[in-house]
Amino acid sequence: MAAVNAMRRCEVTGLTVDRHAERLIMLNAVTAVVYLAIGGVLALLIALTRWQAVHLLAPQRFYEFLSAHGMVMLIFWILFFEVAGLIFASTVLLSARMIVPGLGWLAYGLMLAGSVVATLLMLSGKATVMFTSYPPLRAATHWYYAAVLVFAVGAILAVLHFFANVVAARLRGDVGSLPLFTFALMGAATIALWSLLSGALALFPVWLWTLGVIPEVDPGIYRLLYWGLGHGAQQVNLAAMVGVWYGLASLTTGARPLNEGLSRIAIVLYVLFINMGAMHHLLVDPGLGTWVKNVNASYFMYAAVMGSLIHAFSIPAAMELALRERGYRRGLFEWLRRAPWSEPGFAALVVSMVLFGLLGGISGVIIGGPQVNMISHNTLLVPAHFHMTVVAGTTTAFMGITYYLVPLIFQRQLLFRRLAQWQPYVYGLGMLIFGIGMGLAGHWGVPRRHWDITFTTAPVLRMNLIDLRPEIAVFLAMMGIGGIIAVVGGAMFVLVAVATVFVGQRTPRPFIGWIVPEAFSPYPVIAGGSGEAAVSREHGRFEVPGTLVIAVTFLILFIFLYGFSWFELSRVPWKIG
Amino acid sequence: MASRVSALAKPRGVWWERLGPDERLWVWLTVIWGVAMFVMIAFVWPLIGEEQNRLSSYRVDPATFVAQTDAFIERFTVGEIDGVPVVAPPPGSDVYLEARAFAWQPVIQLKRGETYRFLISSRDVQHGFSLVMPPHSINVHVLPGYVTVLKLTPEKAGEYPLLCNEYCGLGHHLMIGRIIVTE
Repeated sequence: MAAVNAMRRCEVTGLTVDRHAERLIMLNAVTAVVYLAIGGVLALLIALTRWQAVHLLAPQRFYEFLSAHGMVMLIFWILFFEVAGLIFASTVLLSARMIVPGLGWLAYGLMLAGSVVATLLMLSGKATVMFTSYPPLRAATHWYYAAVLVFAVGAILAVLHFFANVVAARLRGDVGSLPLFTFALMGAATIALWSLLSGALALFPVWLWTLGVIPEVDPGIYRLLYWGLGHGAQQVNLAAMVGVWYGLASLTTGARPLNEGLSRIAIVLYVLFINMGAMHHLLVDPGLGTWVKNVNASYFMYAAVMGSLIHAFSIPAAMELALRERGYRRGLFEWLRRAPWSEPGFAALVVSMVLFGLLGGISGVIIGGPQVNMISHNTLLVPAHFHMTVVAGTTTAFMGITYYLVPLIFQRQLLFRRLAQWQPYVYGLGMLIFGIGMGLAGHWGVPRRHWDITFTTAPVLRMNLIDLRPEIAVFLAMMGIGGIIAVVGGAMFVLVAVATVFVGQRTPRPFIGWIVPEAFSPYPVIAGGSGEAAVSREHGRFEVPGTLVIAVTFLILFIFLYGFSWFELSRVPWKIG
Repeated sequence: MASRVSALAKPRGVWWERLGPDERLWVWLTVIWGVAMFVMIAFVWPLIGEEQNRLSSYRVDPATFVAQTDAFIERFTVGEIDGVPVVAPPPGSDVYLEARAFAWQPVIQLKRGETYRFLISSRDVQHGFSLVMPPHSINVHVLPGYVTVLKLTPEKAGEYPLLCNEYCGLGHHLMIGRIIVTE
């Protein structure tokens, strides 16, 4: 390829785009959406099985599809999308070159090969071991573990490539401080490196064991290492999602973070502390002492929770300030009423933040304590929690940013804009109903990863949970109905994305919604775009009273739910310990 | 003088700035709340709660544990349900509970208000001990090669289903046990 054509200048943002980076972003993003679509179909079938009144799939199919759903959604959809995001953040956003395009292709090839083989093996019943593949349960073939390891190696290469791109851009001198979006993704990449290594350390011995090279694998140590990946990967999503939140806020309202340093410190808190919190999967495991669990799962985890609480404040605050500067100054909340609610990016941002914070975040802190964990471990409350974080939170945010990245990167006009405007709300509503139903069922004691809580096929000691407490049937129905609505919302997204990519009108200047055109510019608008520093704010009075009210209300609700969880623990009719 | 920059743009110059009153207030609230939650878990609940996470554990050879459970069953069997032995250990004693694909063994009969030390392990793969008493449940993880030890005191008579809440194979949903609490 001629060097002349290696870069193009984006007519909308003014950024310089490396063609290699562009192509790899396209490939990774399209692959991600394909996995999302596969995972969504599986999700529907699984939800319709757990909705006990429908109980669609036969048990073996159910476990096969549940295994594949976990892997496809939690790892493949998310990581392919994140790799697209990493490439975008380390090249396009910095107007920088992709340093070793070959490495990008190699990483993509390994990830694709590993993920395709793993998915096919899971779907065909050769690796019905769930997402976690806990030994000594073993897949029917050692190729499954090999495939996952190949994927992990590809993902590690993609992450290293991100660092190489950033370092090269800095060495060339055209990048000083990174944009906050890139900084957040660097946090995500740092956590990703650690978690992928931890996952490889867990799975490599299991692969050797299935090959017959080593006699056994310690299941306790596997769990410790595995959750370095299993939960670590979700912290990658968290950091990446926060980056996307900041990005969407800047794009749709012109938000500029209130205090750059504070937002960055909050991301560093994730990097430093959240991996240690991963031990909260082992809170009721044998093998670990009480204080190890306490310190890792509460002390260190709360330092990371603090990071999230800072973002939960700082992002709405930045939007409030931007909208107030635009003239919506009346009362506490005029800025909120006048916010761009019909802009898909803003809608996705709000849905993502509200559901992630209210349901995902709070539930995570609650069940992540060693005592309350005893009444929630491995119940449906656990998947309810992570569906609120990874699906309602991360996936919604990723969908939101796709509505801008697809037109800009593919240079095509977004199709079905009306559908995109409604999509985050439909998806969010579905996930809300789904999550509440699933969470309540879990609190009532319904186990996760379970085909039949009525036990009609059990050979002995049958006892129907729904007979014990009939409301469980209602909770599971909510899960099914919410699941259907969410899958409709997900299909709307896939339709918009796929239609735009394949048949959207080609144009170098796609219309990408009512975004703030200066979102990509470092020059503060209120200073006249001259590069002059903005007028420093007057310290001494509150600048964002609306956000403070929202944030304090959220904290009060948090305290109430936290207190309620202890009350519920105290009502368990048995004494423990 | 610091300036504010879009999250998608490269900041120029010095962006480090002191916290304003809004951020200071919020950061202090989050610090206080984080410390409060830690104190609750580490110090307050251990003093006042009746449900404590004081699991202990030791390693065991699965075959040894199976032999111990069989001896325990032989010693205290009082009957059977569906062909599964019902075992009524004396109050205050150790209770051996064995998980395997796809059954809990034995059925255990306890006296209300008495404390028992449960020794739980698996003879094959990972399982999950989940004693369901809707709207609550008590859950601990069960690994082969390790014994999960916890003390339980039933305070309410009744029959409680004991589920497996960790996927243990294609018959996972067939795995059910029972704990009976009598007055």
